[in-house]
Amino acid sequence: MILDIGFETMPREDLEAIILRRLKTTIDRVYSNIPFYRKKFEENNLSPNDIQSLEDLKRIPFTTKKDLRDNYPFGMFAVPMETVVRIHASSGTTGKPTVVGYTARDVNTWAELMARSLAAGGATREDIIHNAYGYGLFTGGLGIHYGAEKLGASVIPVSGGNTKRQIVIMKDFGPTILTATPSYALHLAEVAEEMGVSFKDLKFKYGIFGAEPWSEKMREEIERKLNLIAVDIYGLSEVIGPGVAIECHEAKRGLHIFEDHFIPEIIDPVSGEVLPYGETGELVFTTITKEAFPVIRYRTRDITSLNPEPCICGRTHIRMNRVSGRTDDMLIIRGVNVFPSQIESVLMEMDAAEPHYQLVVDREDNLDTMTVLLEVGESLFSDEVKHLQNREKKIATNIKDYLGVSARVKLVEPKTIARSEGKAVRVIDNRKI
Amino acid sequence: MRAEQISVFLENKAGRLAEVTAILGEAGVNIRALAVADTSDFGVLRLIVDDNAKAVASLKNHGFTVSKTDVVAVEVEDRPGGLHRILGILHKAEINVEYMYAFVQHSGKNAVMIFRIDNIADAVKILQENSVTVIDGDKVYTL
Repeated sequence: MILDIGFETMPREDLEAIILRRLKTTIDRVYSNIPFYRKKFEENNLSPNDIQSLEDLKRIPFTTKKDLRDNYPFGMFAVPMETVVRIHASSGTTGKPTVVGYTARDVNTWAELMARSLAAGGATREDIIHNAYGYGLFTGGLGIHYGAEKLGASVIPVSGGNTKRQIVIMKDFGPTILTATPSYALHLAEVAEEMGVSFKDLKFKYGIFGAEPWSEKMREEIERKLNLIAVDIYGLSEVIGPGVAIECHEAKRGLHIFEDHFIPEIIDPVSGEVLPYGETGELVFTTITKEAFPVIRYRTRDITSLNPEPCICGRTHIRMNRVSGRTDDMLIIRGVNVFPSQIESVLMEMDAAEPHYQLVVDREDNLDTMTVLLEVGESLFSDEVKHLQNREKKIATNIKDYLGVSARVKLVEPKTIARSEGKAVRVIDNRKI
Repeated sequence: MRAEQISVFLENKAGRLAEVTAILGEAGVNIRALAVADTSDFGVLRLIVDDNAKAVASLKNHGFTVSKTDVVAVEVEDRPGGLHRILGILHKAEINVEYMYAFVQHSGKNAVMIFRIDNIADAVKILQENSVTVIDGDKVYTL
């Protein structure tokens, strides 16, 4: 179902006129309200008046995660705190998270886009939505939740974890839509089977899955095991959260980006040059309706391509293909963003010497697991086993406390972690997605 | 009155202990006493050898993480209750033994035990006050 026929199927020409108008308003606002952007404009001899067409967007420099970190926590907010009604945060590349804010209107915009997304994925107001995304600082849980209420559906805010209880709820409450990370969806299928519950006897019709990379192969597996139609959803907190782009269940071929709110570009991650439609590169977003936390040409580090071909569903908004990778070393472990540098900071805190470590990521029973291999140097070593075990435990606890992911820590002998050209290989990802 | 022990970090996998004994053998280092403490993933090998400097250098050369720890070598009467008497003395003095292991060779009629204790000075004093023989480090290596 198309929730907002007016905007979602608007002829391109009309849509582009609206996009340009909204872009200009946003540029004026960030220039007057956020010192970071004003400085960037001035350094490049640009004024808001120079942006007269969508082509002119290219003239503005990119915004990166580092820029957000340098302005931690609220330096990129365009409104005073009294008009901010919500704050979310996601992992940063070092100890500090990336903080984003929303005004009441932003929360409403987000809810509308999530309602559109749920509708595109097959939901209606008659549905019961089982929302297994985590609630909290992470935008997944609350993003879907507000969208479900805006749509008028019934939402079960079950959040992540307690898998057996989730299966009981599925049996007893009869939800018809599942929202979760794709790996957790497969884990649910597995636990249900162990409990003797068949998804064939449950009432699910559609599932909306995202927050981590997945593949067509996983889609087939999920659709078969969970007996539903599975679509992909995309979003990131820096742009708004889930609901930046959604696959329609009619085509299931690429995700429509809500262009009346976000301008996508694909760039060459090295030269920064904008690439034509169809070419693969780094996805960049400019928000054009957000009040509290607008971003101009924000580099997502996600690799994909754009497809401007008309879609059978009738939406005129451009589609992005599945995200195929990252231009940085970010890992997504059970939906949580993890940078190797964050693990390194935790290790450095434990031991002054330069840590030699490696992250080994696996998927066991459809759940991601991370093992931190750490070479035992002289400063870490002790002749007492209990001290070594305490160190393992302390590192695991700190990783859990700072990053919010569980990790197993394993001490290994020096020089046993593979090095390529003298540089340690930091990540071994054994997940077959 | 203290002896020096060498500790080596070992991953719990086949052949690691043999690797250490091979290195020490090639270096001409004689192992006098040895104990392994392990978990499912790793172990700590503790050694008393006849040439600490040579042992440490050759193991480090082969990439092992090695540390040196002071321990106490104590003569234990080779009869029922012999060890118990010594543990009793230490317990009474509230001195905690982290771990201990036995020496292969006897010292005269007595057995020899290695004790890992945090407060070595106090322990040696109490043991000697109770007429327990604490063996000097230099003697331990060549016992």
